Amino acid sequence: MELRPILSALMRSRVALVLLGLQIALTLAIVCNSLFIISERAALMARPSGMNEADTVILASIGFGADFDMKRAMADDLAMLRALPGVVEAAPINSVPMSNGGWSSGLSLTREQKTSSAYSAMYFSDDHGLDALGARLIAGRLFRPDELGERSRKTEGWPPVIIITRALGDKLWPGQDAIGKTVWLDTDSAPSTVIGIVDRLQAPWVHNDEVVEFATLLPEVINEGAFTRYVVRSAPGQRDAVLKAAEAKLAALNSSRIVREGKTVEKIRADAYSGDRAMMIILGVVIVSLLIITALGIVGMASFWVTQRTRQIGTRRALGATRGAILRYFLVENFVITSIGLLLGAGLAYGFNVWLIQNYQTAAMPWYYVPTGCLSLWLLGQLAVLGPARRASRVPPAMATRSI
Amino acid sequence: MFGYYLSLGLRSLRRNPVLTALMVFGIALGIAASMTSLTVFRLMGSDPIPWKSDRLHVVQLDNWDVNQAYDEENGRLPDQLSYLDATALIAAGRADRQVAMYKVVLPVQPANDAGGPEVKPYLMLGRATYSDFFPMFEPPFRYGGPWSREQDDAKARVTVLTQTTNEKLFGGADSTGKTVRFDGVDYTVVGVLDRWQPRIKYFDLTVGALTEPEEAFIPFTTAIDLRAQSSGNNSCFKTPAPGWDGFLASDCIWIQFWVQLDTPAREAEYKNFLDAYVMEQKKLGRFERPLATLLPDVNEWIALQEVVSRDVEIQVGLAFAFLAVCLVNTVGLLLAKFMRKRGEIGLRRALGASRGQLFTQHLIEAGVVGISGGIVGLALTGLGLMGVRALYSEFQAITELDWTMVAVTLLLSVLSATLAGLFPTWHACRVQPASQLKTQ
Repeated sequence: MELRPILSALMRSRVALVLLGLQIALTLAIVCNSLFIISERAALMARPSGMNEADTVILASIGFGADFDMKRAMADDLAMLRALPGVVEAAPINSVPMSNGGWSSGLSLTREQKTSSAYSAMYFSDDHGLDALGARLIAGRLFRPDELGERSRKTEGWPPVIIITRALGDKLWPGQDAIGKTVWLDTDSAPSTVIGIVDRLQAPWVHNDEVVEFATLLPEVINEGAFTRYVVRSAPGQRDAVLKAAEAKLAALNSSRIVREGKTVEKIRADAYSGDRAMMIILGVVIVSLLIITALGIVGMASFWVTQRTRQIGTRRALGATRGAILRYFLVENFVITSIGLLLGAGLAYGFNVWLIQNYQTAAMPWYYVPTGCLSLWLLGQLAVLGPARRASRVPPAMATRSI
Repeated sequence: MFGYYLSLGLRSLRRNPVLTALMVFGIALGIAASMTSLTVFRLMGSDPIPWKSDRLHVVQLDNWDVNQAYDEENGRLPDQLSYLDATALIAAGRADRQVAMYKVVLPVQPANDAGGPEVKPYLMLGRATYSDFFPMFEPPFRYGGPWSREQDDAKARVTVLTQTTNEKLFGGADSTGKTVRFDGVDYTVVGVLDRWQPRIKYFDLTVGALTEPEEAFIPFTTAIDLRAQSSGNNSCFKTPAPGWDGFLASDCIWIQFWVQLDTPAREAEYKNFLDAYVMEQKKLGRFERPLATLLPDVNEWIALQEVVSRDVEIQVGLAFAFLAVCLVNTVGLLLAKFMRKRGEIGLRRALGASRGQLFTQHLIEAGVVGISGGIVGLALTGLGLMGVRALYSEFQAITELDWTMVAVTLLLSVLSATLAGLFPTWHACRVQPASQLKTQ
């Protein structure tokens, strides 16, 4: 196939060439970057929280009135919840992973240091807490009932034993076994000893890269105000029934309180990542619409060229060109235009990525996005031009002798 | 002449329905994408109280840890005040108006025998604030009015209800003077607000810009007296001393503090006062960090707190790149179309039409494409906003297309189509009549 006649024909309609090339360039730049953002969000959402998400629900209760006895209510509630059919384990807890609200605190390795060594989410629960969350202990032991305490505004100091996540242990003592090590939650009081390591338990703040994998479990139940939260894990498949029964029974158990926030952990996860999900869908729609627009643009432009050149095509056919040769001509022409556009588009794609890196602290796009994008757009161009090109190939040689 | 060109244009567009549909659809998609994202952007970033946004200021002080800045990454000052500072600034009363406030949870125990509808106890979010809140942020009243400054001082058990709460508890009747019970305490209703839905909740951005305003207001002093905890953000850099009094005496920040300063001179004066206050406190051993005070106004505050999320900004950028692709697409297709009309243009030129006349004719044709694109685009924008509402639950009530946006959409569409038509028109009008007639 000779490129020269194609190029010289293209040079005669430079403007159209520039417009189509520009469109393809912008499409490549937008599609590559959008796909990259989508993949980043997907990776974010794929991180496990470390708890059993499928079978677990969260409930909250808030009492009112001066005579509301928080401690009694909590004991009654827990006894009821743990006896409920279908419930595997239940525990009081101040917050749960992905819920976007909770307690965080700095941890210090020495008493003297002025700034914290790491920040961590603080989960206050009893000896059933870890099991109720469905988190996996990989070293050390769980809290014993005799280690349990209470926390309110009046509490001074911090518990002597804590359980931390593996990621937090690795951050505080890189390459060492964290079990038995001590750490200060407050440098003005006594340090706490790590007695157990959890494989994984995310902080409530999934969009804070600094703390998301750092969590500390404390053997204390918060007893302040009238607010309590419970985490309840059901047997597989019984979650929804358990949630309904627990809500009804909690409300029936004590009338001077409001039960709310009956939520599955799956719902909590969906809420936590709703912004990311929305962004992914919006970008997906943008990509699909752009590809449709660009394909239609190619079809429109190619159809125009075919119509404009009908007589020349007839002449070529009359001079002995096969139908295949005409078809090839338009396919190659499209390939040339697309390639020019893609060359420009590759530059734009990287430029856009650099802009995102500088303004939004995103990562650098891996190298294979642009080549893959180029391949897809080449394919799209060829498919789009196929229709008009086939129409061109069907122009009869007799057309050469007719006027338009 | 305009009517004639219009009919010519319509006839020409009808001749290639597929090409015309492609152009209209292309513009419509571009317009819809950019308008949808612009509506969201406008919603998030625009001035919520334009008539006085430059007179309302947030007070920011740096009472944080001497060893560690409040916001090491971005260098922002704390966004709330401690109880110590908030009460000291209220007591000084040096601004034209001032308000310290925080968010509280109020369990409501409706008295169902009070003639209102039958309601079970429920949980409500309330705002503990000062009487100045109402003249400062100007929520409209339906019945009654704010409580008085004397009632602030007296820790009075009074409340202002929002319209929805009044609807729930009293069936929408004038409830001023009646009693409501929150968390075991009786409050007298002094006022009921009308529907009030600021586009973003700028006066408390600590728990999200799109959360609705609280459902009832009680005096700050009363809430403190009843030891009502903040249900918003509480941040501490060191563990406070035990007990409620320990918490109040700590450097934990949990109170939003706003002042109204009516002139730039008053603003400068207040800034000096704040600096002097901090210097005074330094003598007492507080405020160990370097002196830093700020008085951002409403719009500066919205920018500082990054109300417009990064995702929305990226979406706006993308939408305009998308519009650019659609426009380039339309220019190409219009070009193709006008090129095909070379013969006709040559003929009209030969018959005496001036370039200007031809130019007008083709611009009108492009304009028709623009208007059609705009109308289809408007419909698609409606769909897009429905999509946004489905995707972002917090935009539920507020992403409605307003008429300014409709006008902007149509204008943008006609403008972009005319712009898109400019080059092909110019190209078509350059035709030498003779050359075109010859090849026919």
